[in-house]
Amino acid sequence: MTIPTRTPGRRRGPSRHLHLRDELAVVADLIADGSRVLDLGCGDGELLGHLQRRHGCTGTGVDVDPGAVRRAIRSGVSVIELDVDEQLGEFGDDSYDVVVLSKVLQATRRPAEVLAQMSRIAPRCIVAVPNFGLWSHRWRLLRGRMPMSRQMPYDWHDTPNIHNATLVDLEEFLAGLGFAVESRVLLDEAGRVAGYPPALANLLSGAAVYLLARTS
Amino acid sequence: MQRQIGQVRTEQVRLFDRDHPLVLAGGEQLLEVDVSYETYGTLSEQRDNAVFICHALTGDAHAAGWREGDRRPGWWDTMIGPGKPLDTDRLFVVCANLLGGCQGTTGPASTNPATGEPYGLDFPLLQMADFVTVHRALLAHLGIERLLAAVGGSLGGMQVLQWALSHPEQLDNAVIIAASSRLSAQNIGFSAVGREAIMRDPDFHDGRYTEHGTNPAAGLSIARMLAHITYLSEEAMAAKFGRRIQDPETTGPGFGVDFAVESYLRHQGDTFLTRFDALSYLYLTRVMDWFEPFGEHDPRAVAEAGTRALVVSFDTDWRFATEHSREIVRRLESARVPVSFREIASVWGHDSFLLEIEDYHETVRAFVDRALERTHETVRTSGTLRGSR
Repeated sequence: MTIPTRTPGRRRGPSRHLHLRDELAVVADLIADGSRVLDLGCGDGELLGHLQRRHGCTGTGVDVDPGAVRRAIRSGVSVIELDVDEQLGEFGDDSYDVVVLSKVLQATRRPAEVLAQMSRIAPRCIVAVPNFGLWSHRWRLLRGRMPMSRQMPYDWHDTPNIHNATLVDLEEFLAGLGFAVESRVLLDEAGRVAGYPPALANLLSGAAVYLLARTS
Repeated sequence: MQRQIGQVRTEQVRLFDRDHPLVLAGGEQLLEVDVSYETYGTLSEQRDNAVFICHALTGDAHAAGWREGDRRPGWWDTMIGPGKPLDTDRLFVVCANLLGGCQGTTGPASTNPATGEPYGLDFPLLQMADFVTVHRALLAHLGIERLLAAVGGSLGGMQVLQWALSHPEQLDNAVIIAASSRLSAQNIGFSAVGREAIMRDPDFHDGRYTEHGTNPAAGLSIARMLAHITYLSEEAMAAKFGRRIQDPETTGPGFGVDFAVESYLRHQGDTFLTRFDALSYLYLTRVMDWFEPFGEHDPRAVAEAGTRALVVSFDTDWRFATEHSREIVRRLESARVPVSFREIASVWGHDSFLLEIEDYHETVRAFVDRALERTHETVRTSGTLRGSR
């Protein structure tokens, strides 16, 4: 499987989303102006607020952290409190243009079901995940320790990340679920966009952002 | 010390009369309709800071502040006031008793101008839309065309939902708390038992109890006691009363008031008699039973009008459990209405909407603050446009 990789030169450039943190700017870059966006794990609504104010987007956030949800509401973002694992059935078929799941998939109990719901809700999904296959993770494992890094900063017993995957694992999984990768942006360990050659992506990327289209 | 609204006064106004009768949603007419209301804060010059409070089943126009002789403030004084979530330093807040009520607004206990006697059961059956019609007339009387927000809990939240669906162009924001868009069989069952208690009371006299010089006090207080159980969670009742004995001196053997919970319910039932009318209880609960607004109104009109909604439920509320709120959210969200939803953690059950719970109050504050900010942005923008012409 060959995956089209977006390199910084081919992107419209992060200047379009100067107000956002790096990884959110990458996600925002994959969303067309005027889209209706469902942001799962929206936190305080930074991404949606930006897309609404500057790119004519509409949409809804989902989160369960009370403080974050209140801040999102205060900033003018609509947030529906619900459990991504259990309650995505609340949203109708094809009721959004794109569903975003940023750094959440690895913390869900049933990733396959979450992704299936996302693909039902919108024709396109954006999924950002940390890469368990990063060389420093492998090195820690070789030395007999569980991996930890800036992208995955938790102790093994105290991590919300219960379904870790390497990029290779994940891409196989996505293909099996009927997703086509339309675009993949690789990030370094600090979350900056990186232009790694495809052969080294699984070794060097700290995380990756995927734009997915359903094929079936 | 927190600042207070200070002294407030309940006003009354005749909004419909023989020349301009109220035509009800069911087609019948009322020849005279008076409405009691209170206002807090100052209406802005642009008239863009008005918030309407819709009260619950047994509420009244006195939502905040102190009236002369009051022993406690209005029923939502924790929510409304200077610096509170509904901040009267910035908002103009209106609360009115609803049609069919018994606290200053025309209801079944009012005098029927056609007979000179109380309406009794001749009072026409009401619908949620009638509450909205009357309160819209009050706004017209006050010179308010649009509302920054309508806010209400329980039956009040249901009225806000009705208002948003039937006149979205009048509402910039709708705050719907611990409400329902469709009562369950269990909900209707509780209401039915309350009504039966009233109607089977020998003093009810087919609703003509005033003429008979009686009052179905036993029935009305039983209805209130029953309802009160549904307003609290099991956890809240355990925390508040447990199995505490009310007064060891007078306890048992027998069927008196042994437990604290019995004493509490009896007290709630008795004090209710001093402020509420049995016929109003019948009429208003019946409106809730039949309420099913999504069957009549297309929520897409709400989205087109740009009305935003905040829906709030409480996790231990079993009167209108979270699923009732989720249904409202589902309907609005699928019609693309910008809607936020929060389920607030609280042990107090349905009554939580009346209490000062920080997460709840801060959520309402965040939503209303943003609504105010949006109004100011609009004013600024239109000001700039005028300036550039």
